[in-house]
Amino acid sequence: MELTEQIEAYLRGEMTAEESAAFERMRASDPVLDQRVVAHESFIRQIKTYGERRKLVSEMNAIHEQLDVNALKAEVLPVSTMVRILWNKYRINAAVAASVAVLAVFATLFSTGFFAKTSAIASDNIALRREMSREINTKVQRSQNEILKNIKANTKAPVDPAIFGGTGFALTADGYVVTNYHVVKDADSVYIQNTDGESYRAATIYSYPAYDIAVLKITDPAFKTLKPLPYTFKKTTSDLGEDVFTYGFPKDELVFSKGYLSSRTGHSGDTTEYQVDISVNPGNSGGPLLDGKGNIIGVIKGKSSRTEGASFAIKSGYLLEAIASIPKDSLGEKLVLNRKNTLSNLSRKDQIKKIEDYIYMVKVY
Amino acid sequence: MSREIKRSEPTDSEVILGILNGSKDVLERLYKAYFPMILQLVVMNNGTEDEAKDVFQESVIVLYDKVQSGNFELSSKLKTFIYSVCRRLWLKRLTYKSRNSGSIQDYEETLPVEEDIEQHEEKDRLFKQMETALVHLGEPCRTIIEDYYINNKSMQEICVKFGYTNADNAKNQKYKCLQRLKKIFFSDSK
Repeated sequence: MELTEQIEAYLRGEMTAEESAAFERMRASDPVLDQRVVAHESFIRQIKTYGERRKLVSEMNAIHEQLDVNALKAEVLPVSTMVRILWNKYRINAAVAASVAVLAVFATLFSTGFFAKTSAIASDNIALRREMSREINTKVQRSQNEILKNIKANTKAPVDPAIFGGTGFALTADGYVVTNYHVVKDADSVYIQNTDGESYRAATIYSYPAYDIAVLKITDPAFKTLKPLPYTFKKTTSDLGEDVFTYGFPKDELVFSKGYLSSRTGHSGDTTEYQVDISVNPGNSGGPLLDGKGNIIGVIKGKSSRTEGASFAIKSGYLLEAIASIPKDSLGEKLVLNRKNTLSNLSRKDQIKKIEDYIYMVKVY
Repeated sequence: MSREIKRSEPTDSEVILGILNGSKDVLERLYKAYFPMILQLVVMNNGTEDEAKDVFQESVIVLYDKVQSGNFELSSKLKTFIYSVCRRLWLKRLTYKSRNSGSIQDYEETLPVEEDIEQHEEKDRLFKQMETALVHLGEPCRTIIEDYYINNKSMQEICVKFGYTNADNAKNQKYKCLQRLKKIFFSDSK
């Protein structure tokens, strides 16, 4: 410690001239001492430098405090940069404000039922499968079914009432039936029932959701091959104003309705559909649309909730396209469509009678 | 488009003399004359006003070190020197932040100052090392060392301030503190 004292006294110039000279002689003769002096001096300088630097920075900070930096910026920066800086500074606030505004708008729209309305507009196309209420059916229908079962012991009608119903019609005499895809989708099982009330089990062998087409095959052993089909399928598009008619099962009995072709495009300008001015109801889905000569020109699909009397039917051309795209291995044998029309010269009443047997109620469980 | 900065500048020799004398007034005039130029440089090149302040203050430190060590030759204008140092420092920071691959919009002529900045970085490292060492040293040692070596207070004043019974006790304490500071400082540098 004494040595350090001496070194410091020497460095600070606190020694007398004599002491200083003696110390210098010692230093010259003793390299270890000399080194310690140098090291000490440099360390002390290090501390002093640190102090000076700290003082300088604090003085500069004090000066900086006095400056009006914003005024300086306005002076030295172009206006566009000022705007950019302000934007960088406040963009978070702007983003928050915008988010709140957007949220408020949507909350208001939601609370005022705006979205409910728009979805109603979007779904103005009502698919026409029939919902069969379990409540109404429970007692009455079940007892009816039981009666039927008693009368016709060999008819294997399911005991529980169907959940949904639609219409279908024969594609071939050997049990292929066409209906809408929306009638049979999500089905656990499908039965079809003819006008005599006989039910047959059927399997969906092909569906084509894009055109809303489903092809069923009656798999029930009780089913007997039909007589040759009386109608044919029209390949070309029909003309506007053409008188058309349909049958279907909007209730448990066959219902006939008649109208005319009102547009070559369907819902929202869909070119795969016709717009038909005809009265149809839930349950008519999948029913045939025939022209005056008894050609199938379409399949009833839905109706507009906005336009009175506007119903939609898939054009027969697209039905044929869907049928043609059935993979071969889905079919047991080749599906040959009837080419001979036996309805063309008959009166409407007789046409109905001949067609009846080929129209089915499709019951979905 | 940059706006021209008009401002009264202290003459260069005035500043150098002021630095050597430790004049506060000269520092203030220097600061006020040249900070706007650096503010413009940094803010126009993706920086903020705080970054401009840091860069500018560093350049003043570089200038002080250079003047005080006696190897500042007035081969160019002081303004150009400060601008060049700031420009170099800001480029380094930009590269560090990888916002910029080394291009910068210039407003003034520049000098090559790489060497000065290297020296400055070394000094800066030592400065930070000393700062850390002093923090680790703790009180009252830190104040004793600072009072004696930096604020140039006499042992007698320190003795009174810290309530030591006599100057020898105070000296003894200061000696121990210095030993500890050295130890911390040099162990940190390894």
